[in-house]
Amino acid sequence: MSAYWKANQRRLAPWLFLAPGLIMFAVYVIAPIFQSMWISFYDWDGLGEAKWIGTANYAELAGDPNMVTSFKNNIIWLALYMLSVPAGLLIAIFLNQTVRGIRLYKSLFFFPFVISQVVVGLIFSWFYAPGFGLLYKVIEFFTGTGVAILADPDLVTYGIIAAGLWPQIAYVMILYLTGLNNVAPDQVEAARLDGAKGWRMLWYVILPQLRPATFIAVVVTVIGALRSFDLVSIMTSGGPFGSSRVLSYYMYETALSEYGYRMGYGAAIAVVLFGIMMVFISGFIWKMWRDETER
Amino acid sequence: MFPRPIQQTSAATQWLYRLALPVALLLWLFPLLGVAVTSVRPAADLAQGNYFGIPSYLAFENYADVFRNTPMAKYIVNSFVVTIPTVIGAVALSLMTGFALAIYKFKANLLIFFMFVAGNFVPFQILMVPVRDLTLDLGMYNTWYGLALFHIAFQTGFCTLFMRNFIKALPFELIEAARVEGVTEWRIFWYIVLPLMRPAIAALSVLIFTFIWNDFFWATVLTTSPETQPITAGLSSLNGQWVAAWHLVSAGSILAALPPVAMFFLMQKHFIAGLTLGAVK
Repeated sequence: MSAYWKANQRRLAPWLFLAPGLIMFAVYVIAPIFQSMWISFYDWDGLGEAKWIGTANYAELAGDPNMVTSFKNNIIWLALYMLSVPAGLLIAIFLNQTVRGIRLYKSLFFFPFVISQVVVGLIFSWFYAPGFGLLYKVIEFFTGTGVAILADPDLVTYGIIAAGLWPQIAYVMILYLTGLNNVAPDQVEAARLDGAKGWRMLWYVILPQLRPATFIAVVVTVIGALRSFDLVSIMTSGGPFGSSRVLSYYMYETALSEYGYRMGYGAAIAVVLFGIMMVFISGFIWKMWRDETER
Repeated sequence: MFPRPIQQTSAATQWLYRLALPVALLLWLFPLLGVAVTSVRPAADLAQGNYFGIPSYLAFENYADVFRNTPMAKYIVNSFVVTIPTVIGAVALSLMTGFALAIYKFKANLLIFFMFVAGNFVPFQILMVPVRDLTLDLGMYNTWYGLALFHIAFQTGFCTLFMRNFIKALPFELIEAARVEGVTEWRIFWYIVLPLMRPAIAALSVLIFTFIWNDFFWATVLTTSPETQPITAGLSSLNGQWVAAWHLVSAGSILAALPPVAMFFLMQKHFIAGLTLGAVK
């Protein structure tokens, strides 16, 4: 035994180090992905006998108007969430100075990201509240009539996205602040001597150097947009009339709420969401893979 | 440095910048400040329509009310009970996985590494039904350890990415020298690599603490009663009961936000180092 161990230690050691983490990850993350795919072919209430119905859940999804709303909202989320990348860059540039107290300013600007999305949702619900909410009052002051954003099916999704952008911009900002901190000063000085400044400097000299920060900012923003659940749940529960649903929330609603325990149908929605996210995830992994193997 | 240091600009611009900073900050944090003020506004003010003026007095009784009439204290304890073991578990597991993936060359290395990375990005919903089922089958539904076990497993993905890259940046000669001396692999891990990991452990701990404290989705899926619910789920159910009692909602929100905010301010350097990993190359 001990001779075997001595001879093969280097070969066995990585697997022993990996075992606990890998087993946990396989049981709780990898296996469930495939189980969900399997469940999506069943009609199942979570307790009784599951009944194989083939692709019937997917056929139903294709004609489900709630699915269309959720899907449309996800696209709006994704598109508008991308605003956090330029907005975060703008604030980072604004704060990238060395004046007294700037560290504290940077920390306070970062604040929204540290707070739970549940709290962010409540803060913005208060901000939008009809009758006395601050934004409601401001709109009333300028136009004469206030707008109850979270009760208006046409505006509600935008209202929730605005709440989501708040912490997301803070996150992107901190990524860019770190990036700006590491921009090569000699290149900036050289470009300055060549007469580059303002936008041209930003576009041709700074942004190329901020590439790694931009990559991560885009990754976390895409994932954040498609994962949006907390804010929808807290601020509107998908309402009014289901108009602010997104796929992640609609899935939860079908599988685990008063609307019934339709695990199979819920799993089918999750598989669709997973498929959409896999497109992006494969892109990220492909890029990371290239970086790793090039080294 | 970009943009041009403000010190090199005209006096007027410098003056304008100093003025713009606090104004911008005030606008940025306005919703938060509003809620903070509402949390100490007496209920009577709200009833009389004094929503924005100076509170007639500082009503810390709102906080006392929250603690007296709701299980808030229990929710806070529950959050700590789930969060702390998760931090310890995820950091411990990922130190080992990160070590294995950074130090050893074997065929499946990159494949396993990218599996951890990719798993970290999947939508929670694809895991929801099976994980809930598994937790029920294990008899761990609505317990702190049922929730913590899932969190440990899931966070191991992100933590492995972090630890592996950190260990990879350490000087490999250290390990080679030890191997020449005949030090066993476990001792290399324990006595050589681990002591160098302190900054990484600190950074990951604050990050995971914040992530788990703020988790809402899994708290709603895996816990149901005030005996086990963490504060995010608790706050959400209280919000349903306190219809438009905004002074209480605000006080509850501030309470829920405090621990991660305190953590962030105490460990700022580590927090940002963890979050911006990979933002520079």
